[in-house]
Amino acid sequence: MALPNDDEAKFRDYAHPEKLVSTEWLAEHQGEPGLVVAESDEDVLLYETGHIPGAVKLDWHTELNDPDTRDYVDGQGFARLMSEKGISRDTTLVLYGDRNNWWAAYALWVATLFGHPDVRLLDGGRAKWIAEDRPLTKDAPDRPRTDYPVVERDDTKVRAFREQVVDHLGQPMIDVRSPGEYSGELLHMPDYPQEGAVRGGHIPGARNVPWARAAAEDGTFRGRQELEAIYGGEAGLTSGDDVVVYCRIGERSSHTWFVLTHLLGYPQVRNYDGSWTEWGNSVRVPITRGEKP
Amino acid sequence: MTSGTLNPRLAEIVEDFNSLAGQERLQLLLEFSDDLPALPERYAGHRDLLEQVPECQSPLFLAVEVAPDDAVHLFFDAPPEAPTTRGFAGILQAGLDGLDADEVLATPDEFTSQLGLTDLVSPLRLRGMAAMLGRIKRQVRDRRTA
Repeated sequence: MALPNDDEAKFRDYAHPEKLVSTEWLAEHQGEPGLVVAESDEDVLLYETGHIPGAVKLDWHTELNDPDTRDYVDGQGFARLMSEKGISRDTTLVLYGDRNNWWAAYALWVATLFGHPDVRLLDGGRAKWIAEDRPLTKDAPDRPRTDYPVVERDDTKVRAFREQVVDHLGQPMIDVRSPGEYSGELLHMPDYPQEGAVRGGHIPGARNVPWARAAAEDGTFRGRQELEAIYGGEAGLTSGDDVVVYCRIGERSSHTWFVLTHLLGYPQVRNYDGSWTEWGNSVRVPITRGEKP
Repeated sequence: MTSGTLNPRLAEIVEDFNSLAGQERLQLLLEFSDDLPALPERYAGHRDLLEQVPECQSPLFLAVEVAPDDAVHLFFDAPPEAPTTRGFAGILQAGLDGLDADEVLATPDEFTSQLGLTDLVSPLRLRGMAAMLGRIKRQVRDRRTA
């Protein structure tokens, strides 16, 4: 059974306020049946150093990806994973993590591929919970195994593949990488490993809006008006637009996908998870270098 | 360049990791993270004296000293929010600090893949540790020819 929505005033402005919960809401509902909290971090050990009491760990790299093919787990793999974590199809799943919920948003997007009905983000993530001196524990949660049904992954609604992006050229696209990656000056994120793209630049026509601009200093999402000014005003998106977002491997762009879909209510936003590590290595796809779209 | 065999201390660390089951390996990595010594005063607050390892997912800085008796000393700086990176640094610190320059240089580059962490931590994350080792060796070589 789904938990009640968080009626926090700030969330009411968003297109889908039910996709967010505040730290206050979580503190109040912690431990209630029907709720599972999951932490998804960039650092694979951060959860072990202390996590929200009762939260399970969900690792983007070792658990959500297929170990062989460059793809996500399939319906059976997802069902197995959710069952191991004690998550049922009717569970209210609240995700949080480090770095402005970067990886938590990625996990939420993957859960969306499998149509998990009720999955939400903790606004402000791990950093806000800690900043408010809320409790952390090293105790492993004891969640009984569940029997999550096998649901086939639906790649048609929120995911875009390379061929579809080729067809999408000329329509709205947001590149959420850093300005240096966008212009082609850098082939990887500043201070991050080179993950091997042989060409630098961006997909022609894509506007550059670095993903972290959607977050305020305390890691929470900016208010609706501020987000409208960034994505509508600066990046020129208009309501009703069909938008493709991408980054390097599709993780940072999941965060922007969340903002455009659930906070601003764009009707069709797809995340191109092949992103630059595919496009920048593809033969005969067009590339634009420099600061202009 | 890969040459030589693991020194006894690193070999013991590799053995310790491999004797444990999956989740316990992560706990051991966390212990190395917790045990990483803080920077001594002469480096604390002097990032300019340290070399950054950009291959790590989180910021990591290191310094290498080769004493007149040829003993290598290693210093690392990484934030507590980056326990995996700290854990890798802790392994290298525990396994290499105080050894002779030749022994450090003889460390096989592929030892990072022998810890049994590849599936648990992911190859991408492990690359950071291989990069640390590479940079340590390069600094040792530089210090010797200097």
